[in-house]
Amino acid sequence: MNRQKLEAELSYKFEIENLNAWFGSKQVLKNINMKIKEKAITAIIGPSGCGKTTLIRCLNRMHETVPDAKVTGRVLFNGVDVYGRDIDPVQIRRKIGMIFQKPNPFPMMSIYDNVAIGLKLNGVKDKRKVDSIVEKSLRMVGLWDEVKDELNKSGASLSGGQQQRLCIARALAVEPEVLLMDEPTSALDPISSAKIELLIRELAEDYTIIIVTHNMQQAARVSDYTAFLYLGELIEYGPTRQIFENPKNELTEKYLTGGFG
Amino acid sequence: MKSTASFSKIAYLKAKIKGDEIFRLVSAFFALTTLLIVVLMVYELTRGSWLSLQKFGLGFITGTTWDPVFTLNFGALPLILGTLTTSAIALAISVPISIGIGLLLSEYISKRLEFFVSFIVELLAAIPSVVYGLWGIFVLIPFLRNNVYPYIQAVLGSLPLFSGPIYGGGVLTAGIVLAIMIIPIISSVSREVFSAVPLSQREAIISLGATKWETCKIVMSYAKSGVIGAITLGLGRAIGETMAVTMLIGNKFKVLPSSLFDAWYTMAAIIANEFTEATSDIYVSALINVGLTLFLISLMVNVIARLIVWRTLRLVKGVSRG
Repeated sequence: MNRQKLEAELSYKFEIENLNAWFGSKQVLKNINMKIKEKAITAIIGPSGCGKTTLIRCLNRMHETVPDAKVTGRVLFNGVDVYGRDIDPVQIRRKIGMIFQKPNPFPMMSIYDNVAIGLKLNGVKDKRKVDSIVEKSLRMVGLWDEVKDELNKSGASLSGGQQQRLCIARALAVEPEVLLMDEPTSALDPISSAKIELLIRELAEDYTIIIVTHNMQQAARVSDYTAFLYLGELIEYGPTRQIFENPKNELTEKYLTGGFG
Repeated sequence: MKSTASFSKIAYLKAKIKGDEIFRLVSAFFALTTLLIVVLMVYELTRGSWLSLQKFGLGFITGTTWDPVFTLNFGALPLILGTLTTSAIALAISVPISIGIGLLLSEYISKRLEFFVSFIVELLAAIPSVVYGLWGIFVLIPFLRNNVYPYIQAVLGSLPLFSGPIYGGGVLTAGIVLAIMIIPIISSVSREVFSAVPLSQREAIISLGATKWETCKIVMSYAKSGVIGAITLGLGRAIGETMAVTMLIGNKFKVLPSSLFDAWYTMAAIIANEFTEATSDIYVSALINVGLTLFLISLMVNVIARLIVWRTLRLVKGVSRG
């Protein structure tokens, strides 16, 4: 019985329990409870300001880097509370990669160094190992053939879509278990967005991916599970198909049919 | 009725356009005056130093004699070296301290404390340089002579830089006071450029599992061009600083000092000291020639810094701002 329970828990990467978050006195997340499946894509949708971004930022403890931000509740990552007393947020963040809304490569570093920086932080010094990880990461995001002859160029010399893929490669290089993506295609043109979406699907083979998006079609296209957030509350959460074809909550249906937001 | 209304509107627009035109001309005039001042300054400096330029030519900046009494031979190389050396010492001391202050203010402490600390640091800039000179003579020199220099010499005395007699005043003392004087400008500009680094850059490195120090390194590399600008501002001030240096460096014209504890001279100091007693035409002209050299060196420093800033800014601009 206990064993069964344990196994059931293990297939969840995250278990969020009674999560509340604030900016100053403004509460942005209200008592969120959800379990996130391993090696699946979970989309978080909802109108602007509903707390989508804050929710994923609570998972890798980025939320608290903002002054006056506060969190209560538990976030179990592989069964361990990331807000536990002996947990170093730096260690947590090394296992959970994050991709941001706007591509943010380091402009003062070469393309190569942009990907290698995480390894450097982790103390990997073996040049050959770094070389091979950089190549592998760039191949995974489909950028290798485009940049292999100009690895010494600045990371800022690439186009917006390439920059975003570079950022994904940078996150992948440290071999995280999870990728958190905060509207990763909102600053990109449709073709670059499509490439990123395809990449997300491929990555889901090996990684747990949580993607925040304001684009409902994107959520429907890429995700396995969808969570709908409204005014800081988790309104509905389930398999993407069910959410989109047969929403149980009136608010969800209204949002999906363009009723508001 | 309607036509008068539209007429008055046209008249109003005409008046407005005329006003715009006048405003454009007035601001263009004011902008050009600064350029004009620079041009006039170069002209006047060149005119004033003409006698010296004719007699010594380029030899003026390579010459190492300064004899206003018998031979009337003038060469400014030791002065140029003196200015560059004291400025270099000032930078070597003040840059790490100032960058540390800038990082502390922008990355580590709360907004309220930041205001308080930066206010105090910037207060240093409000102290007149003659007061720095007095403080140097009465407080710093005795302190350095008794409590610091002997220990430096005990450890590093085998190097020629730190051997020889310790007077108190001298090259190193002048450099230290200059450093204190340029800390406010370098640290406050550094703080500003660090604060201007986009949040997205900090978040990028934090999300990769960077520690605070590693985050600071990213902030510094992103803000490199701004920090170079800050250092240039400080260097500009150090090169031209006159009063405090004149009071502390010892004012001895010699090709090279025997050590950093020895007395020397700078371009600004010799002008301040000797202008009133310059009796012959060629002596006055030589001093103005020193001024022209000082001006050109400052200009060169600024141009080089500008180039570096442009080069690094080009990289930053490739990343969409946000």
